Amino acid sequence: MARQPEGPPPPPTVQKLRIRYAKRGRLRFASHRDLARTLERALRRAGVPMAFSAGFSPHPKISYIGAAPTGSASEAEYLEIGLSVACEPEAVRAALDGALPAEIAILDCVAAGEGTGSLADRIDTSVWRVELPGVSLAELQPAVEEFLGREVVTVAKRTKNGLKDIDARASVASASAAEEAGCAILHMVVRQLTPAVRPDDVLAALAAVADLHPPLPARAVREAQGRLDDTGTVADPLGPDRAARIPREHAAI
Amino acid sequence: MWDGGYPGTVMTAELRASAGESLYARLEPLLAQIQKPIQYVGGELNSQVKPWEDAAVHWALMYPDAYEVGLPNQGLMILYEVLNERPDALAERTYAVWPDLAGLMRENGVPQFTVDGHRSVRDFDLLGVSFATELGYTNLLEALDLAGVPIQAVDRDESHPVVVAGGHAAFNPEPVADFVDCAVLGDGEQVVGDITDVVKAWKAQGRPGGRVELLARLARVDGVYVPRFYAVSYGPDGAIAGVQRTRDDVPAKVGKRTVMDLDEWPYPKTPIVPLAESVHERMSVEIFRGCTRGCRFCQAGMITRPVRERTITGIGSMVEQGLKATGYEEVGLLSLSSADHSEIGQVAKELADRYEGTNTSLSLPSTRVDAFNVTLANELSRNGRRSGLTFAPEGGSERIRRVINKTVSKEDLVRTVTTAYANGWRQVKLYFMCGLPTETDEDVLEIADLAVEVIKAGREASGQKDIRCTVSIGGFVPKPHTPFQWAGQASAETIDHRLRLLRQKINEDRRIGRSIGLRYHDGKPGVIEGLLSRGDRRVGRVIERVWREGGKFDGWSEHFSYDRWTQAATEELQPFGVDLDWYTTRERTEHEILPWDHLDSGLDKEWLWEDWQEALNEEEVADCRWTPCYDCGVCPTMGTEIQIGPTGRSLLPLTVV
Repeated sequence: MARQPEGPPPPPTVQKLRIRYAKRGRLRFASHRDLARTLERALRRAGVPMAFSAGFSPHPKISYIGAAPTGSASEAEYLEIGLSVACEPEAVRAALDGALPAEIAILDCVAAGEGTGSLADRIDTSVWRVELPGVSLAELQPAVEEFLGREVVTVAKRTKNGLKDIDARASVASASAAEEAGCAILHMVVRQLTPAVRPDDVLAALAAVADLHPPLPARAVREAQGRLDDTGTVADPLGPDRAARIPREHAAI
Repeated sequence: MWDGGYPGTVMTAELRASAGESLYARLEPLLAQIQKPIQYVGGELNSQVKPWEDAAVHWALMYPDAYEVGLPNQGLMILYEVLNERPDALAERTYAVWPDLAGLMRENGVPQFTVDGHRSVRDFDLLGVSFATELGYTNLLEALDLAGVPIQAVDRDESHPVVVAGGHAAFNPEPVADFVDCAVLGDGEQVVGDITDVVKAWKAQGRPGGRVELLARLARVDGVYVPRFYAVSYGPDGAIAGVQRTRDDVPAKVGKRTVMDLDEWPYPKTPIVPLAESVHERMSVEIFRGCTRGCRFCQAGMITRPVRERTITGIGSMVEQGLKATGYEEVGLLSLSSADHSEIGQVAKELADRYEGTNTSLSLPSTRVDAFNVTLANELSRNGRRSGLTFAPEGGSERIRRVINKTVSKEDLVRTVTTAYANGWRQVKLYFMCGLPTETDEDVLEIADLAVEVIKAGREASGQKDIRCTVSIGGFVPKPHTPFQWAGQASAETIDHRLRLLRQKINEDRRIGRSIGLRYHDGKPGVIEGLLSRGDRRVGRVIERVWREGGKFDGWSEHFSYDRWTQAATEELQPFGVDLDWYTTRERTEHEILPWDHLDSGLDKEWLWEDWQEALNEEEVADCRWTPCYDCGVCPTMGTEIQIGPTGRSLLPLTVV
């Protein structure tokens, strides 16, 4: 017989919290795995009463929703945690934020509203802002127009199995060029389809259709995620939880 | 490819801004173009960046390997904290830069930097480099070059950092004597403070006498060896004829430093927690330092004597504080032979009690073959997973285990491993060495018999077929300051031949063989490690040549080039009338002057020789913790003593916060 853990099973999940966080500055170079490790350790330091899976290697109940690529900053990353003791969401937010490096900020924490469905179902689109140092608006503007005018723009994407051709155009719901302090900014709304189109793929597409080759690496920030609505913007994915919020007793952490 | 100049030097001189300024803005565009950029950005939990001007003395601490290997290094983590606690000192970390970034740094004129403040290593007063293995030497040269610091110590002026080597390999720093300014022998906690004081005073006085005066002052610090003040001459046979001081105000023989009372040095208090993945995803607490088991191959056990234990309460508070500061879920109780702590049973039980139900796991990374270790491991894994347990018999036959003084009978070994399986452990890993002195093919083939017996007995005891035994084998490399320092190293061909025979024998019976895993490396890197371990100053030329031809990250099989090393050795050593074999497979004679004879680990050379003779006679030596002193020489020479418990104290349950 294989050994079973002795004693009672771990306490069940009594509360789910949904969290929005940002990765900024130097920590945009953190990969999803780096962030996951860091968040799990911070939850322990912060004393958040996590619920754990059963078995010999119990894992804290955390689910991550679509991580921004390594090298991209983000103001809108999401995760959901299961707690074994109900807590005041704002207290968890503050404790977790305090236990993390300054460049990872916990922006929002709400209790999952009952009957509101899954968080992942409320996210299908990203809003990106891409700074292009060394590129002027006069260079970016026509490139974006050329790109939007095409039906399909095929680019080679580096995957684990080598290069693969993907269409970078269909996922882009909208894109526009702007300029701040002499630096061109690409704003775009990109649907999260498979295969995923990332800011790098769109830049490769701009190079392909308009020969735009930024002299310096671009800096991408994911500004928001959510469901694309009729107005072409995304809705706050935590909105339904906030609306469904019901008062309840909370333990202090 | 090397082009003959010092690219780093030229570029950094042009681009250098004010000292201590952050290079991050220039580094950041490069990070977007490389693999695993997170390792270069710093900002880890518990890392520190102090204002440059606030400190009189600036230390850059380097681990000469990749970040993922270097970050968990306990030695550097301790020194980082000890130095940063001083208001007059500042310490930052730097690691070997992978070739992808190094290339971009050269192209863009970005010098070797620290990950904390992204400051140029060139700006620091001292560059401390910890050598756990000799295979990091080429990475030192690469880092110096990227930093814009001349490779050769004699080419540096007073504006360059003082390059200080430490770690176990520093007990024979002769192969890197041309590249380092100082080597520090022994425990670093106190000597880094002494060095800081010397540098601070010299700077405050307006740097009198320049770099040479500073080095002379450092040479008078206990434990600090400054190679340039010692001249080595060679005889017609190629061996060393003599080592002479070139100034009479430096010691004839440099002794190691030893920290007594480990409870007074509870470092690291707040271990650095990386965002990037590292080789040890856990917190470590050193439960004692030193080992007197007397394993004859083990340099660590010889050069770190005597045994100094941390008390059970000292361990308890370090575990508690460290977990709070890091959020790690695993704690390793670290030492050279953790089950030998005088209160280990109580430590294991009471820590397990304290952390029961907190999803915190405890482990003993290094274990002797001893049934007691299974009991301990059971206690530590009380309610957790029992996946793998590791034992280190080191030698395949009882005979060879007597030679290396790690005596355990075959029956005890099988019984211990079987007990582990019976207690629910699914996988047992056994560590061995190949190429030990006096070893024959038969000694190595006994490993196969042992593994087969272990699996048979284990299947019976556990009633399971899915148990596994992994045999992990490393090539033996004779090390300085050990009884085997005179031994002829086995050639790569010998090692490869024996490993091939072993693999065939294990696979003879597939019904058993499929439960046995065999992990080994070929013998070639061990030969180069042997050259660097027991080399003298002439080997420095080989190291420099290999680096100039692109050699670095020699501890990584994908970067290590045996051919580059052997060719460089042949050509660079030929003018001296010696060669690679002379340094490796040649057995030394009793009175040969060894390159490290003027560096004192406390061990009496005559005792080492006697122990070497006893090894050849297959005679054992006992542990001086439990039997009378056998005069290895360390305690009287160094003015130290064994510090062990039991203390009789115990750990109280932690109060719930």
